[in-house]
Amino acid sequence: MTTQHEWPLWEVFVRTKAGLDHKHCGSLHATDAKMALHMARDVYTRRQEGCSLWVVRSDQIVASDPGDKAMLFDPMEDKVYRHPTFYRLPGAVDHM
Amino acid sequence: MALPTSVRLGGEPGLQYVLRLADTCLILSHRLSQWCGHAPVLEEDIAMTNIALDLVGQARALLSHAGQMGDPKYDEDQLAFLREERDYRNITLVELPRGDFGFTMLRTTMVATFLKLLWQRLAPSCDPELAAIAGKAFKEARYHQQHAADWVIRLGDGTPESQRRMAAALVQLWPYTHELFDSDAIDEQAAQTGLGPRWCDLQPAWLAEMGLILRPAGLTAPAETGFRSAGKQGVHSEHMGFILSELQYLQRAYPGGAW
Repeated sequence: MTTQHEWPLWEVFVRTKAGLDHKHCGSLHATDAKMALHMARDVYTRRQEGCSLWVVRSDQIVASDPGDKAMLFDPMEDKVYRHPTFYRLPGAVDHM
Repeated sequence: MALPTSVRLGGEPGLQYVLRLADTCLILSHRLSQWCGHAPVLEEDIAMTNIALDLVGQARALLSHAGQMGDPKYDEDQLAFLREERDYRNITLVELPRGDFGFTMLRTTMVATFLKLLWQRLAPSCDPELAAIAGKAFKEARYHQQHAADWVIRLGDGTPESQRRMAAALVQLWPYTHELFDSDAIDEQAAQTGLGPRWCDLQPAWLAEMGLILRPAGLTAPAETGFRSAGKQGVHSEHMGFILSELQYLQRAYPGGAW
């Protein structure tokens, strides 16, 4: 399938309903942004999954190196004090 | 086992007007469904079958409605699968063989542009059921037009090979579009009663919208040839019988079969 190699890859983000975030749901091949939006609509929202779409060229996404995972994320393991659970909330502030 | 006999609907103009629309959706849906599993890329395979499913949904709603308009009453399956060829009223354009991808996209653009304009004018129909179907179908047709027209422009303005194929498809399809706007007593009656517009009334808007697509595609509509197809009158091309034998096989072989 040579076309699959020629057409760039796009990441698709779907907002399920107003007020929620766009969530990554998959990827697809398309020649440009307009086609990517059409394809995203047809491939990822055919069961009423969304009300808004984002598409981003996959090669535009800068990702962290999996090899750096330990360096980047392990140090956070023992820093529970960064969670806001240690503050005493005034009684009037409900449902935080 | 008794084979199901064919069903026939009456010639009431209102009923015939709805049938023309219903059968056009049904047969185009069938032609598009022939791409399932064969489109050039996976994404487009899903897009084309989505369009085919929208069209079969529209055909079902319209056939159910048509089946209740006459006497005796029929259901959508009886009308879709048990009529004789001459009793189908789709335009000939939609029964032409599938063709290549460019041909398919150009035909889909032509029909979707027409249907979009028609659904829009059917929204205020005096027939509330038809108006309701039109309200929903208009949104679907708008997307079909955009999606297919996008391909027409890409391919027409693409490589020499894609350009050549689009130009060939246009020469082949264009003469069949005249039938859309050949209005007759059925259209006249629909316009008088407020059921819907004369199809010929949609021609100026259709030509204008097609121009906006063909121009950036670098395509020019061929000159008028005088050729007229007449599928709307029940006089079909040689391809129609083959479509029906495929479409009707199951209901004819296993009457009432459902799953």
